[in-house]
Amino acid sequence: MYVSLGPAKVGFTFPGISYLNHSFSNLFKMKLLVCISQTPDTTAKVSFKSDGKEFDAAGVQFIMNPYDEWYALVRACELRETLGGSVTALNVGPATNETTIRKSLAIGADDAVRINADPQSAGFVAKQIAEYARIQNFDIIFLGKETIDYNGSEVGAMVAEYLDLPYISYASKLELNGNTATLERDIEGGVEVLEVDLPFVVSAAKGMAEQRIPNMRGIMTARTKPLVEVAPVAYEESAKTVQFTLPPAKAGVKLVDPADMDELVRLLHEEAKVI
Amino acid sequence: MVLVFAESPRGTLKKAAFEAVTYGKKTADLLGTTCVALTLGTVKNAGELGVYGASRVLNISDGTFDHFDSQAVAAAVATVAQKEGATVVVLSHSSTGKSVAGRLSVRLNAGLVSGVNSLPTVQGAALRVKKSVFSGKAVGEYEIDSAVKVLSLMGNAVKPVAGGAAVSVENVTATPTGRIRVKEVKTQEGTVPLPEAEIVVSAGRGMKDPANWGIVEDLANTLGATTACSRPVADSHWRPHHEHVGQTGIAIRPNLYIAIGISGAIQHLAGVNNSKVIVVINKDPEAPFFKAADYGVVGDLFDIVPRLNESLKKFKAAH
Repeated sequence: MYVSLGPAKVGFTFPGISYLNHSFSNLFKMKLLVCISQTPDTTAKVSFKSDGKEFDAAGVQFIMNPYDEWYALVRACELRETLGGSVTALNVGPATNETTIRKSLAIGADDAVRINADPQSAGFVAKQIAEYARIQNFDIIFLGKETIDYNGSEVGAMVAEYLDLPYISYASKLELNGNTATLERDIEGGVEVLEVDLPFVVSAAKGMAEQRIPNMRGIMTARTKPLVEVAPVAYEESAKTVQFTLPPAKAGVKLVDPADMDELVRLLHEEAKVI
Repeated sequence: MVLVFAESPRGTLKKAAFEAVTYGKKTADLLGTTCVALTLGTVKNAGELGVYGASRVLNISDGTFDHFDSQAVAAAVATVAQKEGATVVVLSHSSTGKSVAGRLSVRLNAGLVSGVNSLPTVQGAALRVKKSVFSGKAVGEYEIDSAVKVLSLMGNAVKPVAGGAAVSVENVTATPTGRIRVKEVKTQEGTVPLPEAEIVVSAGRGMKDPANWGIVEDLANTLGATTACSRPVADSHWRPHHEHVGQTGIAIRPNLYIAIGISGAIQHLAGVNNSKVIVVINKDPEAPFFKAADYGVVGDLFDIVPRLNESLKKFKAAH
């Protein structure tokens, strides 16, 4: 796989897994990183604290961001299953996120890293991921296409830039042949087919893999897989939240007589002014 | 100066670029400065950006840029931004812009807000902007106070305003640095892509069979609309994957969204609830979609849709 001709990779040991001098071994194994976020459940009621600056988490069920889980993590696990290597799940978040992180281990990640910080912005999270990945020389860094809370789709591109790596966003297909990957990427009204050599950063969209439900064995082994806590690096914010507001409620549906489609056309023209 | 990266998929500037330049020009007016547009690669109609407010149009004509690579594009845009002294960089929140905006923010050490949907307000040296968050369930307002600011503009959020005149294109240079090899681009030519469409006609499982889609296509043709579908329809391969709108599919914000035989699960609404006007046609009066709709018709879609099409044809003939 990706073999650096530069200095030897930094020796790094997780409990039970040694990455020492790993690039000089004939048994070189692919190293995959999957960045996972924790988001409110899709069906969660969205409300904010009284100052309007922060999401109100009271009573909200949190989940692994669906694109990270269903597509990025599962595809990484599939590649590991056919080609060997390891899948590391990484989350930037507080200790309360560990339930979500354990789920990634139950689905199939070999080990996990939690960067112990509040994920305050895309820029902050990207910086943390990049600084961790920089010393690890991952072959592929996976993310979901966006998170379902702040819908920014920013982190992947930022990580790629920090690490000076190619970035393929909204990938719906990823096949690997030796050092070269073939990907399909969703673009407006179609797809783009491209090739790129390892290493790279990719954000995963629907089509890349199918959702996996963790089985009992996965859940049991997840408890003993390594989950390492890492301290965050400093980051200077350049954008701040002023406030969140809820959009005005819809006035309610106006039902039109199914026998009178001329009336619907009239409403769309005269009242809604959209035709 | 406000620099707009005007994207030109397959060599042609489209609505997304004209929207971005219009937004850039209005932002420049607020800041009392000028708007400069940058295009990359072979571009057929670059000078037209002057019509939408660019006082200068720059082009890096290197053909390497005809194939998209975020690394090369971000490096080129950042180089020009620094050389020209841009304080705001605007790009489209498209498949291209989403891949580039984050990279630019790192390169330029700039605060980024992606998917902005209204003009900024100026707060001293800072800018305040708004965007839709939580899949349309809330609005977030952000303030960027870095020296350089990057904004990506949501499609259909501003109307392109043609107020100026075409300008001549100035050539500039930058060395492409990409490592991606684009092999093939497969698109439906001749139809407006969903994220750009102003009218979308969408259908779901209520259609019962892919062979029944003729009435949906006829209605879309009459309206000049783009067709879309719900997730179960795409998953059953009744319709192509790129037509799937909703949380896992494409998020859209047309002026008019007509949903036919779609119940309106929360995951579907997440992709469409930024539509300006929603019409729901469904035989089930309890379908959750009616709660998110502006206009509803309860009844058999196989009866209603062809009659709606006839009424629209009559209307189009008269207007």
